Amino acid sequence: MKKLFLSTLLISSVVLALAPVPAPKQQKEVVYHNATVHIGNGKVMKGATLAFSEGKITRLGYFKMKWQPTDIDLKGKHIYPGFILPVTRIGLTEVDAVKATIDDVEVGQMNPNVRSIVAYNTDSEIIPTLKFNGVLLAQPTPRGGLVSGLSSIVQLDAWNWQDAAIVSDDAVHVNWPSAMRPKFDMATFTLKTVKNKKYHHQLEQIKSLFIDAKLNATQAKNIKLDAIKPVYTGKRKVYIHANKPKAIIEAVNYFNKIGVPSLVLVTGQGVLPVLDFVKQSGIAVIVANAHQLPQREDSSVDAGYTTALKLQKAGILTALAYQGGMTMGSRNLAFTAGTLASYGMDKEQALQLITSNTAKILGIDKNYGTLEVGKSATLFVSQGDALDMKGNRLIDAYVDGRKLNLAGRQQELNQRYLKKYGK
Amino acid sequence: MKIIICLVLSFELMANPNPTAMLNGPKDERHPIVAFTNAHLFIDENTELSNASLIIQDDKIIAVGQNIDVPKKAQVRDLHGANIYPGFVLLDSGYGLPEPGKHAPFTFFGAEIMDTTTKGAVNTNEAIKASYQGITEFHHDIKKAKELRKLGFSSVLSSRHDGIMRGSSVLVNLNDDSDNQSIIQPKVAMHLSFDKGSSKQLYPISLMGASALIRQTWLDAAWYSEGQPSYIDVDLTAINKNNHLLQIFETKNWQQTLLADKLSKEFNKNLIIKTSGDEYKHIDAIKKLNRKLIVPLVMPKAPDVGDELDAWKVSLTDMMKWQMSPYNAYYLNKYKVDFALIPSNNKSFLKDLAQAVEKGLPRNQALAALTSTPARYLNNSKIGNLNKGSFANFIIAEKDLFKKGGKINENWVAGKRYEINEIIPLQSGIYQLTIAGKAQEIELQNKAGKLEIKSTAKESKLKFKAQFSEEFVRLKISQAQNEQNLLGLVNYNSITSISGSDPVWQAKRIKDIDKKEDKDKKANKKLDIPVVPQPFSAYGLTAKEKASSYLITNATVWTGETAGVLENTDVFVKNGKVAKVGKNLSVKADKIIDGTGHYLTAGIIDEHSHIALLSVNDIMANSSMVRMEDALNSDDINIYRNLSGGVTAAQLLHGSANPLGGQSALIKMRWGATSDELLIKGADKFIKFALGENVKRSRSQSSIRYPLTRMGVEQVYRDAFTNALAYEKQWNDYNKLSRSAKKKVMPPRRDLMMEATLEVVNKNRYITCHSYVQSEINMLMKVADDFNFKVNTFTHILEGYKVADKMLAHGVGASTFADWWAYKWEVNYAIPYNAAIMTKMGITTAINSDDAEMARRLNQEAAKSIKYGGLTEQEAWKMVTLNPAKLLHLDDKMGSIKVGKDADIVLWNANPLSIYATAQKTFVDGKLLFDRDKQMQIERQISNKRMELIKQINQSDEPKMPAQMKPEKHMQCDSLTGYEYLGAG
Repeated sequence: MKKLFLSTLLISSVVLALAPVPAPKQQKEVVYHNATVHIGNGKVMKGATLAFSEGKITRLGYFKMKWQPTDIDLKGKHIYPGFILPVTRIGLTEVDAVKATIDDVEVGQMNPNVRSIVAYNTDSEIIPTLKFNGVLLAQPTPRGGLVSGLSSIVQLDAWNWQDAAIVSDDAVHVNWPSAMRPKFDMATFTLKTVKNKKYHHQLEQIKSLFIDAKLNATQAKNIKLDAIKPVYTGKRKVYIHANKPKAIIEAVNYFNKIGVPSLVLVTGQGVLPVLDFVKQSGIAVIVANAHQLPQREDSSVDAGYTTALKLQKAGILTALAYQGGMTMGSRNLAFTAGTLASYGMDKEQALQLITSNTAKILGIDKNYGTLEVGKSATLFVSQGDALDMKGNRLIDAYVDGRKLNLAGRQQELNQRYLKKYGK
Repeated sequence: MKIIICLVLSFELMANPNPTAMLNGPKDERHPIVAFTNAHLFIDENTELSNASLIIQDDKIIAVGQNIDVPKKAQVRDLHGANIYPGFVLLDSGYGLPEPGKHAPFTFFGAEIMDTTTKGAVNTNEAIKASYQGITEFHHDIKKAKELRKLGFSSVLSSRHDGIMRGSSVLVNLNDDSDNQSIIQPKVAMHLSFDKGSSKQLYPISLMGASALIRQTWLDAAWYSEGQPSYIDVDLTAINKNNHLLQIFETKNWQQTLLADKLSKEFNKNLIIKTSGDEYKHIDAIKKLNRKLIVPLVMPKAPDVGDELDAWKVSLTDMMKWQMSPYNAYYLNKYKVDFALIPSNNKSFLKDLAQAVEKGLPRNQALAALTSTPARYLNNSKIGNLNKGSFANFIIAEKDLFKKGGKINENWVAGKRYEINEIIPLQSGIYQLTIAGKAQEIELQNKAGKLEIKSTAKESKLKFKAQFSEEFVRLKISQAQNEQNLLGLVNYNSITSISGSDPVWQAKRIKDIDKKEDKDKKANKKLDIPVVPQPFSAYGLTAKEKASSYLITNATVWTGETAGVLENTDVFVKNGKVAKVGKNLSVKADKIIDGTGHYLTAGIIDEHSHIALLSVNDIMANSSMVRMEDALNSDDINIYRNLSGGVTAAQLLHGSANPLGGQSALIKMRWGATSDELLIKGADKFIKFALGENVKRSRSQSSIRYPLTRMGVEQVYRDAFTNALAYEKQWNDYNKLSRSAKKKVMPPRRDLMMEATLEVVNKNRYITCHSYVQSEINMLMKVADDFNFKVNTFTHILEGYKVADKMLAHGVGASTFADWWAYKWEVNYAIPYNAAIMTKMGITTAINSDDAEMARRLNQEAAKSIKYGGLTEQEAWKMVTLNPAKLLHLDDKMGSIKVGKDADIVLWNANPLSIYATAQKTFVDGKLLFDRDKQMQIERQISNKRMELIKQINQSDEPKMPAQMKPEKHMQCDSLTGYEYLGAG
């Protein structure tokens, strides 16, 4: 198996130190037999056949058809829907500490009109490392300010952003302010929490933007208000970024009151005291990162690893993101789902948090997120359990049936030096 | 009655002029004697005299005792049994000295200030201000004196709170006379701290830097005094000249108190430590210091937990601080710690004092801590007592001063009277009120000068209103529409109408008010003293584990030794060591743990960690003199969290702002131990080096600190090692001299920086070097080769794969991240195959965390080398156990399961390299310090305790502080402060 794995890589690593060439359209049908198929909706089909053609899944299940010579036996191997990475900086940043490579925070507080899709760099060196681990779809999202801008949903194997886009400008992102804010105190050299003096002003800024857009409070064309208007028809979602219980309640109540039909909450352990409220409100939740330290010194030592479990148990539609200091870490999305499983979640349900649930929240579940006949063949074959780093070894991966070149610069460098050392 | 009035007035005397003063007017010198009779005297905390007299003249007590003769010349004042306490002595104040300037210890922007900005022949570090003398700037401050007298203080030790060595303090009385007359002693103590204060100079910016600076400065002072130095340093001179004075060291937490003690022992200095009032957190350790302490009476406000969503932000530890702080003085006294008390909050000091007494501090100990103890510290017998010859510094209080509601009526300082709360000579009680011959009983309450009167007859509808001013009482009696206004003169415990007025009336005290029963009950209520967990944390332990041996049965044991994996095997641990490994062991164990279906491994060792530290980085290009062990924080919850991830030991590294960083601390996760006990005894000495972007301060556009390029970095090393060898030679040459020849020359200066650097060159201290790109890795190996030593470990080493052959040749080990890259330019060519390539090349390779969160998942990080690079499970596992043990020279004791090795072991519920594995039980030194089976129960206890304290806080009517949430600190290589979370270093 190891040999098969390595040789696959070697063949595709002729691209050298550039991001791999995007794959061409699917030409012929691909048929896998004897696979453990993880549907992505909580179910698993063992020893099943999965076939796709022209980018769509054509067959899934148990068939008594004769194998064709090109059919592939996947005994002992797994097929997964492509993982989806929501609210990410992928393609918008390259090297975190080098300002020139960062394109995810525009100046100012109110940027509903800025669009991540035009800055999304399909040739980012970070993208191949995500595909290598099974992340095939993502939602590049602006950050910063009170209203950060518009995200888009992309597939990760494209020549340019036009090709990459699945849904452009799908959501506007709002950072709901909190009455308290952290402040670094130079005198004592410690982080303190101080009153956010701008809190009311910040709330007013957000509220007037949304109200003015609703009432079209302008005579000339106003691109900021225009960016907000689609949220009232549900064509564009509002993502609330908030991790304090009161801020969550305030924000959700506000958007409900003004009639925004489609809301998503991006949060962390701060949602735990208001689980019932969130459940009642019917809002979907994206957990910003499962690999978090407990919020308080006295919190459960596993608090970060069990937040999503508690949301899911409360009956809230939940997905996982991988936010944090370093963009490159998001290649570990699958392992954050795996970690949830080690702290009490059912494995297939943990998988849903990076596949079907995410697709539902993003509104792309018609085509993506599960392996079902008629849906996009955006999937991969793994040597073993893809939520476990020991098993997560991709043999093949497809976006809309297009077979990807998985190996990138990192694999090439590995080969180069193994060869240098004769290993 | 009239006599009293004029006597009181006659106390208001001006001081006699200074003898050398030229008078502008007639001479008016007087020396009146005042006798206080019928007083309840507290001569000191052990001597209480009732019905006694105190006689003073000028600023001194001239006689004291029961049945003593009152001189005929004396003005007599009958105190009717009121208390006289010695005036309080305040050991820590900036009273009468100018406020020091303010300056942030460090800024991220602008050019660094590398040298002192103080003018004159001062020390080369601006935070050393030992030559400062409080006496030269002292000027009494009428407003501040009044404020302090209100709290009962009559004498104050005043120092300027600025810098690490702060110079000398002055002892003064708080009388409003000339400075000449209020100063008791011009130069009393030398003051120190770990706080650089207003210094604009860059170094030091950390606790361990301040500690290193203090050590170096003491060494310098000793050296400076040994011969004829060729230059002048007034601060070193002052240190030497004032060595005989008291040395008072200010600390900000109990950890700093332990550190100050450690430094003073090293240099044989007899320090008194002014603490922060958190001794209760580790009273055992504080007790062991056997040191004089000056302790602020800290009564933190309760966090506002008013609504449940606010309560969510509040950590239990903050609530515990509110709960436990009032018991601090109780604990100090119980453990027989020598302590003086000072206020923490002037506004509530007397209330705080009463609370401390209520919480179990005996009254006489409270008095001692404010009077005789500080006086003893100062070696001054004239203050803090009421003995003959002492200063006439005393407090008159009608009621017990140490009880809730206790008030100071008068504070006499150096024989001068300062009235704080007027004494109304009417004690609460039942009075007989007679108006025009008609008598009735009334109950009179004197509530600190406010009179409340009601009839004792329950059916009475009379309403009384009384007002006291000067010596008169106005009494208004009303019933329905009828109103009667009476005016009377007050004598002791009686009021009489003014002669000639109508009606004739009087009120006379006849007996005490009957106390209610429930009050008695309250007084008898037993003190419910909360147990202090060790460490002071929600997850702290309240009981020590008793079991000293464990048998883990039928587990899959990953030995990490040649024995490999042993199925169905028992492991017996006893007295902290692995005692037996085998099948079906028959031994007697205190506890047996069924390991069926479980995996037993050695504990994970994190080669690169920054948890359990109070600060991480200092700033000199060569910071080899700073020691991380000086900044240990055994209270850090991340120790417990590390245990929950199976981590049992770690190297705590200095940050990466310096080519030569600080000295590492190697610790075990001994949750419950104090900082020094965390250290691994007998471990080899390690040091952090760093290369690349951080040491050249790439993120500051305006930095001027050398080096700014990788070229400069090499030169820093060559310079440091060259100087270290020269330093060694200098000492060798000196040591070869005969005793008489030595006397003729100035000895070489001991230089802690050079000593640590020399240890590296001489292979007595081992390098863990933060490194990224191949050029710099090769550079350091080449420099080391040139100086004939080896680099022990490259940490991070993300381009190690490019130079693995050279590393192998040099013999260096590697400790790396599993898959980090792209967070800064120099890691852009990092690959997750790095660890595997280096392993395949035969380099001892470890995977480390550098991150408190990831440290709990190092098993997962190790498993990534199977995904990337195809290592075997045992190869992968060694990267977080045996290999880091080897890199830290601890593999004879740790890193594998072998008879005789330390019982640092972990029981996992699945293959430890699987993502589904969680540590079930973690042992350190054979002690079970994390048990997942008990976690539910512990969390429930914590939750109950939270609820209980939230309830208590909501029931208390004390003012609250706004709910606060402390953001989690991510201490990583780049952390100067924990603030700049810019990814790993």
